[in-house]
Amino acid sequence: MTTINDRVPIPPVNAEKTNLICHFCIVGCGYHVYKWAANKEGGRAPDQNALGMDFREQQAPLTLTLTSAMHNVITDRDGKRYNILILPDKACVVNKGLSSTRGGKLATVMYSPDGYVKERLKHPRIFTGDEWLESAWDYTLAVYAGLTKKILDEDGPDQIMFNCFDHGGAGGGFENTWGTGKLMFSAIQTQMVRIHNRPAYNSEVHASRDMGVGELNNAYEDAELADVIITIGNNPFETQTNYFLAHWVPNLDGTTIEKKQEWFGEETDGAAGRIVIVDPRRTPTVSISEYVAGADNVLHLDILPGTDNALMNGLLTYVVDQGWHDQEFIAANTSGFDAMMEANRLSLEETSEITGVAVEKLQQAAEWMFKPRENGHRPRTMFAYEKGVIWGNNNYSTIGSIVNLALATHNIGRRGTGCSRMGGHQEGYARPPYPGPRPAPYIDQEIIKGNGKMLTVWGCNAFQTTVNAEQYRETIHRRANIVREAMAGAIGATPEEMVDIIYKAVTEDGGLFITVIDLYPTMFAEAAHLLFPAAHPGEMNLTSMNGERRIRLSEKFMNPPGSAKPDCLIAADIANTIKALYEAEGNAEMAERFAGFDWETEEDAFNDGFRRAGVAAIDSQGGPTGDLVTYDRLRDMGNDGVQLPVVEYTDGKLIGTEMLYTDGKFSTDDGLAHFLPTPFQGYGAVVEEQKNKFKFWINNGRTNHMWQTAYHDRFIPFANDRYPITPLELNPEDAAELGIESGDIVEVYNNRGASFALAYVEPAIKRGQAFMMFGHHRGIAGDLVTEWVDENIVPYYKGAWADIRKVGVLSEYKETVTFKSRRYV
Amino acid sequence: MQQHTVSRRGFLKLGSATAATVGLAAVTPQVAAAQAEAERPNVTLPYPEVDLTDLATAVSSEAPQYFNYPDDSSPCIMLKLGAKAPGGVGPDGDIVAYSIMCTHQGCPLNFDAETKTLKCPCHYSIFDTELGGKMVIGSATVPVPQVELEYDEASGAVRATGMSGLIYGRVSNIL
Repeated sequence: MTTINDRVPIPPVNAEKTNLICHFCIVGCGYHVYKWAANKEGGRAPDQNALGMDFREQQAPLTLTLTSAMHNVITDRDGKRYNILILPDKACVVNKGLSSTRGGKLATVMYSPDGYVKERLKHPRIFTGDEWLESAWDYTLAVYAGLTKKILDEDGPDQIMFNCFDHGGAGGGFENTWGTGKLMFSAIQTQMVRIHNRPAYNSEVHASRDMGVGELNNAYEDAELADVIITIGNNPFETQTNYFLAHWVPNLDGTTIEKKQEWFGEETDGAAGRIVIVDPRRTPTVSISEYVAGADNVLHLDILPGTDNALMNGLLTYVVDQGWHDQEFIAANTSGFDAMMEANRLSLEETSEITGVAVEKLQQAAEWMFKPRENGHRPRTMFAYEKGVIWGNNNYSTIGSIVNLALATHNIGRRGTGCSRMGGHQEGYARPPYPGPRPAPYIDQEIIKGNGKMLTVWGCNAFQTTVNAEQYRETIHRRANIVREAMAGAIGATPEEMVDIIYKAVTEDGGLFITVIDLYPTMFAEAAHLLFPAAHPGEMNLTSMNGERRIRLSEKFMNPPGSAKPDCLIAADIANTIKALYEAEGNAEMAERFAGFDWETEEDAFNDGFRRAGVAAIDSQGGPTGDLVTYDRLRDMGNDGVQLPVVEYTDGKLIGTEMLYTDGKFSTDDGLAHFLPTPFQGYGAVVEEQKNKFKFWINNGRTNHMWQTAYHDRFIPFANDRYPITPLELNPEDAAELGIESGDIVEVYNNRGASFALAYVEPAIKRGQAFMMFGHHRGIAGDLVTEWVDENIVPYYKGAWADIRKVGVLSEYKETVTFKSRRYV
Repeated sequence: MQQHTVSRRGFLKLGSATAATVGLAAVTPQVAAAQAEAERPNVTLPYPEVDLTDLATAVSSEAPQYFNYPDDSSPCIMLKLGAKAPGGVGPDGDIVAYSIMCTHQGCPLNFDAETKTLKCPCHYSIFDTELGGKMVIGSATVPVPQVELEYDEASGAVRATGMSGLIYGRVSNIL
């Protein structure tokens, strides 16, 4: 790997150029990959390089994005070495040439034998009792398939459990959700599945869907057109960076005023957009919004934690009492308004008492967002919410209360409005219907209770990301060790003998057999018995959709390392191996259940799932018109792709849907949007108990440096050295009282667990509150979170209270990590 | 309403004003010695050696100095931080110098004296001048390039001898 940091190789004119969609956050920025032989280079004159730029001169600001992090040297399976450059696409409508600190490192995270991410899994591995050995696919598949079949035959599908991704981007996409979904739901037919980031198979937005409002119902362009944006439990500068920078900021700084006038004529008041930010924490987004829009145009409603539901009900009550709701729209396009209002009515005074926000501030927010302007027009207000409420107090009721307010004021289905979640990963869901009930089984608790014989952890890592994580990890390790000891005694065992040994350990001795399918040996792999190596975008063709339902084809430009392969093809290998076992014993009925996986490529999986949603029982985000979408057509649509659902294919172009519900017809049987009674219910009992017992609210969430569980970033110095341990932002006065300085190692502890963190004293944090990074591999926020869930088994990740004490100092971190404020102003 | 867009014209104006301020014409580029190359394996190019003693004498916590390095179109800042810092020279080891083009998209960075950070007005990245230009938060993928300075204790001379990190808008630090 090169350590030279003052030059990068120049792509020659004939460098291979392909499209790649950033596979980290939901925004899905467009990038171009340039690939060429490692021993070649283009010239500096514009006609000598693939970028057409004159590198004999200094380039002006905002004309080039190119750093050493965007370059790598990779080795393909043919043994040849290639330079790659991965640069943001200036013409892509999503990111308009911008790269985030995550996407800007897409080249860095591609596998290279001597690169930062050389720890990638290259071949299957089996734990022999005291060490990991790389092994052949045939052998490891025989063990995995044999055990699956034996448990299925002897105990039924409920003993076969999965933790599995359901999203787009890396470790996901329509190909891979389909491949895994078909294996779990059609072939094995298990309901005992939990999703990558939550302990059951459920939606993060059941309420919105129950009301007939799909949770991604507008376009990124609507953020440019809104009069007011209200963002709830969401910090887009760090977590949807280029949606915020390319589409929100130009509205907040007035750049899009002319565009609004073109679109809406005399309705527009000629002002820049304003923003209302609901968040207990002064986030970097609050700070930048104030800098961009001016503090007078930003309202930060710094509510008490977990009171969003009350805030929405209070605002709605005030709006209705003022007559600012859209009565015509409510009468024609919705049902249940009166019953909802009866249940939800909350005065501004009561709302103020619950949320801690002054009545005047609540009134001002309502006026900005909903009071008709002097010209008689209702403002166009765009709602954007995410994990602060999705992982907030009572997900179902809270999200319902947000959609109630957006519906009553007709801020859904009009351009410049919308009521959408912001999203974490990209989306990419196409699966057979989930075979379990709602509410779905609480899988983590089932494992803790000793249920389940086999757990497959697919492209996710609950050790770092679940609630009540300490007890979960302890249970898994204890049960996994029972199997490890049994396997250690299986010297020279055939796959069949190994299956029998494992089966005895999981049936008679309380063991749990664990398989991890991932890019890396993750923290969860420390408890596993079998590892299968997966691929990520760039190493396979992959389709996903972003937060405005925009599907693109991310093109393969290199091979995965070793014998690693796409998840959908691993699923097919598993299904085909089990099918052969049933065929061998003449069980045609069961063999048929595992049939239909004869895929050569990921495109076969795409055609089998996404494209057949109109003719088979498939829950697909592409809907019934998925058959219009082909790899070839998507390739032609480039990094702009098309917004789902596709309406038609005409003149060589896929025509999509920019905004949902513009016709006032919602996703319900009667076409009406259904209001939902969502009275504020306070905290669950175990949360209340913890809250009363411990001093600090431990808010948790993301920082922009680190993606997800840091599965790549823990190897990348630029990210890992920034946050070598999970940071904990603390108020300076609280820190002084506890004798804590920035850079101290602290312990955060409560009645569920304890975690270490790196103290980061920050004046923007309120007293009695702390902010801990979520998902980090060193210091796990979920260790402190109770097992409490709402009626759909959605946890309250943000609802942890704990005490904090100083443990000591690691001088290396104190001296090398910056502890300066992350707020721009 | 504040205007944050940086036009090409606006930037070039800033660049030329900076060059005029420090009188770059007095500088004679030299090819760095191969011996020096070996001591800094991350830096491979033939950088000019530039005498910055006058700037190092003038620089104070109240008065950062601006200059161009390694050529006219690469604006840099020299700071006196008041405490020893990575890459720092001078009697107190606290004189450092950085490129002031953001590594993300090249916008001119503003020095915030209170926090001793460089802040980008375009996409709001923040860099810590006391820790080698590391990014505090933002969209960049590499630190802001640091000018390699050499200090001669006997004479008090300060020279720029190289640049660690790729300067924005180039494929090579030497055009």
